[in-house]
Amino acid sequence: MIDGFIALYIFMLAAFTGYEVIGRVPTILHTPLMSGSNFVHGIVLVGAMVALGRASTTLEMVIGFLGVALGAGNAVGGYVVTERMLEMFRSSKPSGTGQTSGKQH
Amino acid sequence: MGGGIATTLVSASYLLAAALFITGLKRMSSPVTARGGIVWAGVGMVVATVATFFTPDLSNFALIMVAIALGGGVAWITGKRVAMTDMPQMIALYNGMGGGAAAAIAAVELFKGEAHSGVVLALAVLGGLIGAVSFSGSLIAFGKLQDLIKRSFRFRGQNIVNLAVLLASVLVGGSLVFAAMGPAAGVVTLFFGLALVLGVTMTLPIGGADMPVVISLYNALTGLAVAFEGFVLNNAAMIIAGVVVGSAGTLLTQLMARAMNRSLANVLFSGFGETAGPQGEVSGSMKGIDAADVGVMMAFAQKVIIVPGYGMAVAQAQHKVWELAKLLQDRGVTVKFAIHPVAGRMPGHMNVLLAEAGVPYDVIYDESEINAEFDNTDVALIIGANDVVNPAARTDKSSPIYGMPILNADKARNVIVIKRGKGSGFSGIENGLFFLDNTHMLYGDGQAMAAALIQSVKAL
Repeated sequence: MIDGFIALYIFMLAAFTGYEVIGRVPTILHTPLMSGSNFVHGIVLVGAMVALGRASTTLEMVIGFLGVALGAGNAVGGYVVTERMLEMFRSSKPSGTGQTSGKQH
Repeated sequence: MGGGIATTLVSASYLLAAALFITGLKRMSSPVTARGGIVWAGVGMVVATVATFFTPDLSNFALIMVAIALGGGVAWITGKRVAMTDMPQMIALYNGMGGGAAAAIAAVELFKGEAHSGVVLALAVLGGLIGAVSFSGSLIAFGKLQDLIKRSFRFRGQNIVNLAVLLASVLVGGSLVFAAMGPAAGVVTLFFGLALVLGVTMTLPIGGADMPVVISLYNALTGLAVAFEGFVLNNAAMIIAGVVVGSAGTLLTQLMARAMNRSLANVLFSGFGETAGPQGEVSGSMKGIDAADVGVMMAFAQKVIIVPGYGMAVAQAQHKVWELAKLLQDRGVTVKFAIHPVAGRMPGHMNVLLAEAGVPYDVIYDESEINAEFDNTDVALIIGANDVVNPAARTDKSSPIYGMPILNADKARNVIVIKRGKGSGFSGIENGLFFLDNTHMLYGDGQAMAAALIQSVKAL
């Protein structure tokens, strides 16, 4: 279904998308963003589910099982740590500490 | 994939998931919307995972669910428990899992030996190679940052050995693609064995200081491996998400390498991380100072810039430092935090650690925003940072960090360095800043010293 040039088109457009989306990210978010992109490739889980779901021999099942467990670890772990990091980012303005450094001189 | 409502629904869900991932990543690139970004991406993941259960011709549902519960459960617990200081190695670990999963998909496909076209087989093999390298390499990176692997293993001709292992994996992988009878099980096993070894031998020689760049690179590689396996499985969500992460991760890797003034090739093949040998000795002596004097100095200053480093986080001093900053702000002192791109163990890591202590992100400035301000700063308080304020990066051409952008803390009227002892930094380079006339050393544990400073400011 996805083959030849269509595949190349998808590849190219997705590559540009990734580049553009990250392009102007401030340094302060590099670590959470790396973690966030790490979470996104956790989509490998669905591929591993299909591989295990179609496995027939014991060997295939064992490897598929490992794949699903690892993929789930990638997705869940990636989400939890990214969420924990981003949850902490807050601005001084709405939180009302009232002491933004820029004001005084 | 044939027709059928189930197939259409699964495909539609994958499309939705891909859109949610991209939107999520976009939102994650601004601090205002970042929190929502991960939630969007998370919704995408749930949609795609649930939809996958409706894929036609699937069996082994019980196994699938047990595996998800097991892998997801362990990751949930470890992810909730990990300290913010240990975040880089945790990211490495979860990333390695993704690489391993991609390699597992390739292994299942190859062991099955179903009739695939040459291109599909080649993609399966390539994705398997990259995934396996990312898996074992990330585990080594985790071990190094977690201090499980204490030293860098380096020997003569290391690059040649790595190249030989790489060539062998490519040759064996190539033979899988062109095997007339379909891939033989023994050859498949050999192939994955070689790929796993390659990840280990590639990563072992790299020093701890360079690890973040390597982790970021493996992150991009895992994305690529996922995309290749997506082509094999005809799975659009995997292709799009994998390629997006592959290209975003490559850009992020370049940004990090640039912030450290290293090229990627340099990081991978030269292994400077821990070998910085003897450089020009710095002359002069370090002058001590006690906390009471520093407290007075800061309390009556107009402007104080705090430069935190990883040492602050290790000492768990960030809460005390923020308390000190608030105290000074209440006295009308302008307090800013200056963060070098590579402060902490990964670009942006220090921002996470400060955020954990409740420091709002708008009093935190990066090196390009704040460097001009050190000239009219009364006190630069350096706590747990070393290499990122080393003026040798501007002046000493023989220094390994020459040319690295640094924070010009030495230009402040007074420089106070909180430091545990007289040793040198993560890279092992002597720091001339400590010997300057306007520099005073406050020896002690970061947290204890920050507490002492709070006391002395309160006492005024």
